Amino acid sequence: MSRPSGQAGSDSTEPAAELTGIVKRFPGVVACDGAGLRLEAGEVHALLGENGAGKTTLMSVLAGIYRPDGGRVEVAGRPVDFKSPKGALEAGIGMVHQHFRLVGPLSVAENVLLGSRGAVRMSRSGVEKRVAELADSYSLRVKPDAKVWQLSVGEQQRVEILKALFRRAKVLILDEPTAVLTPQEAEHLFAILRQMAGEGRSVVFISHKLDEVTAVADCITVLRAGRTVATLAVGDATTRELARLMVGREVSGRLEREERAPGPERLAVRSLSAEGDLGTPALREVTLSARAGEILGIAGVAGNGQRELTEVIAGIRPASSGTVAIAGTDVSGASPAQRLKAGLAYVPEDRLGMGLVGDMDCVDNLMLKRLGDPGLRRGPLIDRRAAEAGAGRLVESFGVKTPSLRSPVRLMSGGNVQKLLLARELSSNPEVLIVSQPTAGLDVGATQAIRKLLLEQRDGGVAVLVVGEDLDELLALCDRIAVMYEGRVIGVLGAHEADRERVGMMMAGSTAGAT
Amino acid sequence: MTRGRLGGTGEQSPGRLGGTAEPTQESAATSFRPRLVPRMAPSRPARVAVRLGSIVAAFMAAAVFLTLAGRSAATVFGAMWSGSFGTAFGQAELILASIPLMFTSLAVAVAFRMQLWNIGGEGQFYFGAFGATAVAYAVPEWPAPLLLPAMAAGGMAGGAAWALVPGALRAYMSTNEIVPTLLLNYVAILWVDYLVHTTWRDPASLGFPLGRPFSPGAQLPQLGDTAVHAGALIAVGAAAAVAVVLGRSVWGYRIKVIGANPRTAAYAGFSIPGNIVAVMLLSGALAGLGGMVEVSGVVHRIQADISPGFGYTGIIVATLARFSPAAIIPVALLFGALTVGGLELQTAGIPSDVVLMLQGLILLFALAGELLVGHRIVWRTGGGPSGAEGGSGERELTPAGARLR
Repeated sequence: MSRPSGQAGSDSTEPAAELTGIVKRFPGVVACDGAGLRLEAGEVHALLGENGAGKTTLMSVLAGIYRPDGGRVEVAGRPVDFKSPKGALEAGIGMVHQHFRLVGPLSVAENVLLGSRGAVRMSRSGVEKRVAELADSYSLRVKPDAKVWQLSVGEQQRVEILKALFRRAKVLILDEPTAVLTPQEAEHLFAILRQMAGEGRSVVFISHKLDEVTAVADCITVLRAGRTVATLAVGDATTRELARLMVGREVSGRLEREERAPGPERLAVRSLSAEGDLGTPALREVTLSARAGEILGIAGVAGNGQRELTEVIAGIRPASSGTVAIAGTDVSGASPAQRLKAGLAYVPEDRLGMGLVGDMDCVDNLMLKRLGDPGLRRGPLIDRRAAEAGAGRLVESFGVKTPSLRSPVRLMSGGNVQKLLLARELSSNPEVLIVSQPTAGLDVGATQAIRKLLLEQRDGGVAVLVVGEDLDELLALCDRIAVMYEGRVIGVLGAHEADRERVGMMMAGSTAGAT
Repeated sequence: MTRGRLGGTGEQSPGRLGGTAEPTQESAATSFRPRLVPRMAPSRPARVAVRLGSIVAAFMAAAVFLTLAGRSAATVFGAMWSGSFGTAFGQAELILASIPLMFTSLAVAVAFRMQLWNIGGEGQFYFGAFGATAVAYAVPEWPAPLLLPAMAAGGMAGGAAWALVPGALRAYMSTNEIVPTLLLNYVAILWVDYLVHTTWRDPASLGFPLGRPFSPGAQLPQLGDTAVHAGALIAVGAAAAVAVVLGRSVWGYRIKVIGANPRTAAYAGFSIPGNIVAVMLLSGALAGLGGMVEVSGVVHRIQADISPGFGYTGIIVATLARFSPAAIIPVALLFGALTVGGLELQTAGIPSDVVLMLQGLILLFALAGELLVGHRIVWRTGGGPSGAEGGSGERELTPAGARLR
């Protein structure tokens, strides 16, 4: 991994950029834990890994957005310590983020110019001409005088690439660039990346889609849990091998899960389609069924429709077609409150952003879905004593640790936040429980407690739907695993036939593992 | 700006709130600089102390200006005190001056419960006066027990109607509510102006823009033999009602959730647009009731310039009271005293603009003080940019707030 870099000046042997032993911690999370990458001039280098593997963090370090807590960054053989993205830009490193950094009301040319040196001296027509020339030479079809808000997502991405080229970036980092593109646009992008590499620039291509990586890259670095696990030339890697490297192999302590015959169907999803936030299809004809007393896992790389699926089932996002039934009641088109009544409980992925109100206390948060409960009300008023007593009981029985019932929940640790959320959702005695990322960001103890809780619900006859990116967890918990890819369920595996490789292959879009 | 407030509660950048407690290894030059570190749970005594302190500081700053202007601060403040709290007449006057402020600041507080800024209290106040007056002129022969409630209803309907347009635009078109509420103020003021110059003009007004006097049944009674009218009781009652609705009712809970985190509200199935409209209607109705009380209790007719900016001062009062209905009453009384004390200054030959300066300074110091309620100042060696900066272990940031990819 860490080949000694050549002497300064002899640029034929020395890498365009090299990251060694990068450590980056965030509160409660170690995003990078000794990750590295060696980027040669003139190559397209794919950075592969599951969500949360630290890909974006590692590249943000190279782009000067984060300062590492440890490790070394070298650009063209010279150690650097970027204080800000500006420093990285000056060193010739440009990054195209997953969420574009563009100013909607400004034109393409103005966005390209924004923040770059010499901006004051250039005339509008001069800039537009430069931008048009650049766009032409890379066939980045976009009009320099168009306003950015009018552009499609694919066009906006081209503006971001133009921005980097305009600043003469020698290293271009693209964070999951194809997530927002149509297959044709992606093909086009790959051609541009090849052209740039042909000119001696280096491209880092962050992805978790195996087919793309093998299609465009010269070289692949695989990250897992914040560490670099392998760097290989694209010819040396089979898809299967990459999938194995990406998801790892260790099987962490299996939970006690008795085989039991599932009961009747509690959640029935039929031909469900829905649009994502950008108005593009996010769910395509999804059909699923979860029975009483089973845990159905939804596996998939983030952004393949899992979030939209849970939101449509919960009634927060409208379906464009298809039906949802909870415990035999058709709730297609019903409000979230009606679905709650039908027996649905939902623990969203974004606990403090959606499931709870961070600034409110335990009592108020536990009340959220019980406003119709006559035991909690006196006419139009809330019976505060009853609410506090109920909250106290729930907090105790779920072992939520909090300084007081009246302190804001944002002060609680992630594990306790999740326990509180589960306490509220389970207090309605649901027939169907949906949990997104049940243990993401939690420590080991809380993770075990939450998993145990989910198994208890299953054994108690609840149909549990777990959406997760942690394959180990899904394999340990689930009776069946459905894999989603590009808004479709591309296969459902029973517990005995599901293993990491098979699920990993399906997550990357290969139906070879499906039965 | 508004959308950001209603939208982004869940997002916390790891950089700003990050909590790597250990000092970052610094290769760069280090420098001492103050940093603000958020306090996670500001204590109640700290809040009260900061607020009282900011009022004292405002008076001290005003004293500096007065001294520079060659006036004795002691004399000026003394005159203000004796003109307001000092005499029975002054006390009655300051209560009268504070009543409309209570209504307009309650209106601001209700809207802010949902993180909405209703800047249109002034216009809603005028439209409330208009609505109440329309009732008073339509059925002047009704006895007070019938006519006064009818006027109150008319006033609230007027104010609510005036808040409906910006509220509906906000709810269904996602427009900002600040500018429409503000601009409609001028429309309402000019509308009343038009009426008192034309249709409702008192023939005996000798050319002044005054409406016809109200019938006796349309006038709020005095409280005992004081100069204070029954509107004081209505104001206190309204504050109590707002406190109960906001703090104790299911609906108050709903709008609190919507204000704090609209995504949670949608997740729980609360109707956001419907409640935005409802909140704006209630807010406008409160300001409109203030307009009714003013015309029925003080001027006993409609006229131009019934408000010297009660709607705007109400924003200051509500902000200083931290949007708490209970705290609005004392803060409104303080601002009433400032107004009345200012009139006293005028008779003593001192420009009453001193009062405006004091009001502004109090707000300024209170807002600056807010920073100290929510943050504490930490002196430490300079940190790096972006993610390297950390809090000092105030708390463990929940991973949900710092989700990484």
